[in-house]
Amino acid sequence: MELYTFLRQFADSWMLLFLFSFFMVVVIWAFRPGSTKAYQDTANIPFRHEDKPAPDRADAAEVRS
Amino acid sequence: MSNYIKLIALGLITLFAMIATNYARDLAYQVHAIIIMLVAGGLFLYTLRRTDEPVVAAGPIQQEYFDSVVRYGVIATAFWGVVGFLVGVYIAFQLAFPVLNFDWAQGFANFGRLRPLHTSAVIFAFGGNALLATSFYVVQRTSAARLWGGNLAWFVFWGYQLFIVLAATGYLLGGTQSKEYAEPEWYVDLWLTIVWVAHLAVFLGTIIRRKEPHIYVANWFYLAFIVTVAMLHVVNNLTIPVSIWGSKSVIVWAGVQDAMVQWWYGHNAVGFFLTAGFLGMMYYFVPKQAERPVFSYKLSIIHFWALIFLYIWAGPHHLHYTALPDWASTLGMVFSIVLWMPSWGGMINGLMTLSGAWDKLRTDPVIRMMVISIGFYGMSTFEGPMMSIRAVNSLSHYTDWTIGHVHSGALGWNGMITFGALYFLVPVLWKRERLYSLSLVSWHFWLATIGIILYAASMWVTGIMEGLMWREVDANGFLVNSFADTVAAKFPMYVVRALGGVMFLAGSVIMCFNLWMTVRRAPAKEASLTVAVPAE
Repeated sequence: MELYTFLRQFADSWMLLFLFSFFMVVVIWAFRPGSTKAYQDTANIPFRHEDKPAPDRADAAEVRS
Repeated sequence: MSNYIKLIALGLITLFAMIATNYARDLAYQVHAIIIMLVAGGLFLYTLRRTDEPVVAAGPIQQEYFDSVVRYGVIATAFWGVVGFLVGVYIAFQLAFPVLNFDWAQGFANFGRLRPLHTSAVIFAFGGNALLATSFYVVQRTSAARLWGGNLAWFVFWGYQLFIVLAATGYLLGGTQSKEYAEPEWYVDLWLTIVWVAHLAVFLGTIIRRKEPHIYVANWFYLAFIVTVAMLHVVNNLTIPVSIWGSKSVIVWAGVQDAMVQWWYGHNAVGFFLTAGFLGMMYYFVPKQAERPVFSYKLSIIHFWALIFLYIWAGPHHLHYTALPDWASTLGMVFSIVLWMPSWGGMINGLMTLSGAWDKLRTDPVIRMMVISIGFYGMSTFEGPMMSIRAVNSLSHYTDWTIGHVHSGALGWNGMITFGALYFLVPVLWKRERLYSLSLVSWHFWLATIGIILYAASMWVTGIMEGLMWREVDANGFLVNSFADTVAAKFPMYVVRALGGVMFLAGSVIMCFNLWMTVRRAPAKEASLTVAVPAE
């Protein structure tokens, strides 16, 4: 079989199936139980750490000592 | 020690550029060799003066964000924006009044030379700098970490400016490989690749060092933009130089494959540069300005994956009725139409972020700007799929309708969201309490909006008119109109379009004044720009 024909057939069968199932898994993953709560926290990321990076764990230990 | 390596490298580059200036086979290459010689030579002297000097202790720098490069990015965005709009207004008048293609500037400042200068200045200089600056800003805030790589971010910024200067001067001097949105010649492409990989390293390095467990959705969009543009750029510019001393090169793709690769690149430059990257901006700056989290985070995840999976296939709709096989152009058309869904999902997500805060539209012209940009995003992502349908395309292709579509997307969506981001960023970056004047923001908003409407409406009229005139046949089957007839009929619309451009340009000049005065005059929040880290 020619390379072109092979790639063409692979692209519109197995690769298409793979990409479509990947996408469906992403959609199902986004709606998994408990996601609403987790995403509430994630959606608030822009409202934290506006002025300064979060301290390193090592730095934080230094501050405490 | 690293300074010695730098000195050797810069010295060799300077020497090579001198030799290249001597052997140059064409003017564009020669001028570029001189520019590179001056830049590398200047950097050589700069590095030399700093070699073996005592190093000033940097202090607890990891506890601050790296904002100086973002400030430079904001300035560059505003600067290149005005330059790009100005060239656009000028070539719009050139189309209406051909006498503006002056004889004395023939070969340098005629429409054919200035047009790629305009498109690249607006897309890559204005839009690119906006993406560079905001990606550096957003990735730090949402990762709660300082930019990775130290001065590598400065290399990305200045390297990108050098790319812009090389591209722009090249177009004026005729150094172009004649690929839409990919005009720069091979050595400029190579340089951009290096800068781009550095950009990816800085961005990815910061994400890897993040303190937040989750990667915020804006970063997903920025990352898709950086990775995909790198891939597109490399594949579309696989060329073999004719000579190392000249700008001419030959692409490895032949015929229709080259056309397909070009529009695979071209459409995804729209999809990933002008859409994914700017959606990253939307997902950060709209929630920030509205002071509430994004409407639905789940929708944003689905929006991301749907957009990524669909956009990459849409390119062939630029090649309807060409040598491209029918199945490929049908594929492009179908995927373009399916793109309606994620595009409108994203638009709804952006707009609904304001639900419960709609009153802000009355009081805050910055949020008004962001909302209208999302509105234009929705409009142009409706128009685009419609134009990709083969039957519609047979009327719209090669006409001014396409130009109108591009501008409602670029001026409306990309321009307005960038202006919104700049109005947000300048007070934050220069530590001012507020913008200098909100009424000037309103002026900018209305000038820009009315300008875009004049532009898009006149291009719809002239585009459809011209498409209908081209296909009009008489009873005997002969064409009724000559090409020159359509040109003459388009004159009034061309004048209206140019005036719309003048209004948009005027708005952006007002913005520059307002931002300048914000830095100069608005009350300061803190005395110094460097964050005062309290002694702990």
